[in-house]
Amino acid sequence: MSSVLYDAQGPRAKRRNVLFTVVFVVAVAALLWWVFSTLDDKGQLEWALWKPFFTGTEAWSTYIWPGLQNTLKAAALAVVIALPLGAALGIARLSDHKWVRVPAAIVVEFFRSIPVLVLMIFGLALFAEYTNVSSDDRPLYAVVTGLVLYNASVLAEIVRSGILALPKGQAEGAMAIGLRKGQVMRLILLPQAVTAMLPAIVSQLVVILKDTALGGAILTFPELLASANTMSGYYGANVIASYTVVAVIYIALNFALTTFASWLERRLRRAKKSTGAVLSADDVETADAGTVGKL
Amino acid sequence: MFDFLQDYDLAGAIWTTVQLAVLSAVGSLIWGTLLAAMRVGPVPLMRGFGTAYVNIVRNIPLTVIILFASLGLNQTLGVTLGGGNDFETINFRLAVLGLILYTSSFVCEALRSGINTVPVGQAEAARALGLSFGQVLRLVVLPQAFRSSVVPLANVLIALIKNTTVAAAIGVAETALLMKEMIENEAQLLLISAVIALVFVVLTLPTGLILGWVGKKVAVKR
Repeated sequence: MSSVLYDAQGPRAKRRNVLFTVVFVVAVAALLWWVFSTLDDKGQLEWALWKPFFTGTEAWSTYIWPGLQNTLKAAALAVVIALPLGAALGIARLSDHKWVRVPAAIVVEFFRSIPVLVLMIFGLALFAEYTNVSSDDRPLYAVVTGLVLYNASVLAEIVRSGILALPKGQAEGAMAIGLRKGQVMRLILLPQAVTAMLPAIVSQLVVILKDTALGGAILTFPELLASANTMSGYYGANVIASYTVVAVIYIALNFALTTFASWLERRLRRAKKSTGAVLSADDVETADAGTVGKL
Repeated sequence: MFDFLQDYDLAGAIWTTVQLAVLSAVGSLIWGTLLAAMRVGPVPLMRGFGTAYVNIVRNIPLTVIILFASLGLNQTLGVTLGGGNDFETINFRLAVLGLILYTSSFVCEALRSGINTVPVGQAEAARALGLSFGQVLRLVVLPQAFRSSVVPLANVLIALIKNTTVAAAIGVAETALLMKEMIENEAQLLLISAVIALVFVVLTLPTGLILGWVGKKVAVKR
């Protein structure tokens, strides 16, 4: 679409584009120059502040790697617990029985309208008050609890739209050859829906990974972002350097996941083995109006 | 039962949340539209900038952006955004800045999907009439794109409302920070959580329902 918004460029349009480019470059360069000179004024560009990340492995082995491990651990735990829970909730929302369908819908809509951070703070206090989880483990438990409650309901919506995206004939055909409702779901609908859902699930991983950072900032969970903070204390106020390195790691991880999701989506669309649609993360969001987004 | 609420400024915290959400929503709508225009525009460098911006910013956790705004921009580089010496004002403005920078990348993507729903023939017809890129975008494409991206934009807005809680990381006195404080001081975990949960349900559910209805109403029927 985008390329049809403007004509092939003649000499005048080309000159104008060059003008725009120059103005834009000057504006960006001015901004960069301001950033660069301020950084320089505050001594943030000194090699000593950046050195720990480029020479020696201490910064990586003492701070970044353990933090990254915790981030990945929390994200992995959240996914492993939230996926089956979400699938169960999603299927429950499609149940023929009102007493199953309505409570499942309420649970899903409730947890989707509450911020993850609120769920995490709630989890932390819950574990402190009602369980004997040691105070070292509590932040991890709280982060995973928050992530699971929120993402299970988002995944439930993904599962639901995945199943709804299948043609009606699939279930009708399965029932016609005498399968029971459970069998129709388990043998016919779910396997196809899972394929359709894969790209959306991978995109949701990015959200989960990003949300673990909340635990580091507010719940004293020692994950990647929290290690940026300790590093900048240890290496003498290299805030800019520490946060830049950590941000680059997040970008690399999430960009890899996003790219994988869209590659998967293209591949599944091309393969066309199932008759169902392939869901990207955006499809799920727009699947039903009046529900909550994913970022 | 709700006596403890009198000791806390719940209304004030909710008001801060609403202010954060509204200011960031307006800001990210403007910056997001500009980004979308860059991404579909004829200048290759601006297209590249738009694409790079969206791909980079979308993949950084909002928490990192907001913490960096406080620790990096403010405390290290001395950016105050005109807040003077008032710590609270500065942090509030920095939180709004962080939310705008982050959310506009999602606004840009929502708008771009809206632009893709406009039939190619319309843009071609507009060009045939001799309209320039700016006119095609302003008079023909964007008005329709906005109408068909109301629902995705509503989802971005709801996510933004929930994301305002991240401002708690730099001490902005909004609802999640108040919740944390109340839980620490009072032995009323379930009651406090229920109140805070209700606040967010009341803020987000109607927004989604109303904008979802509006979206259906204004969508261009094709």
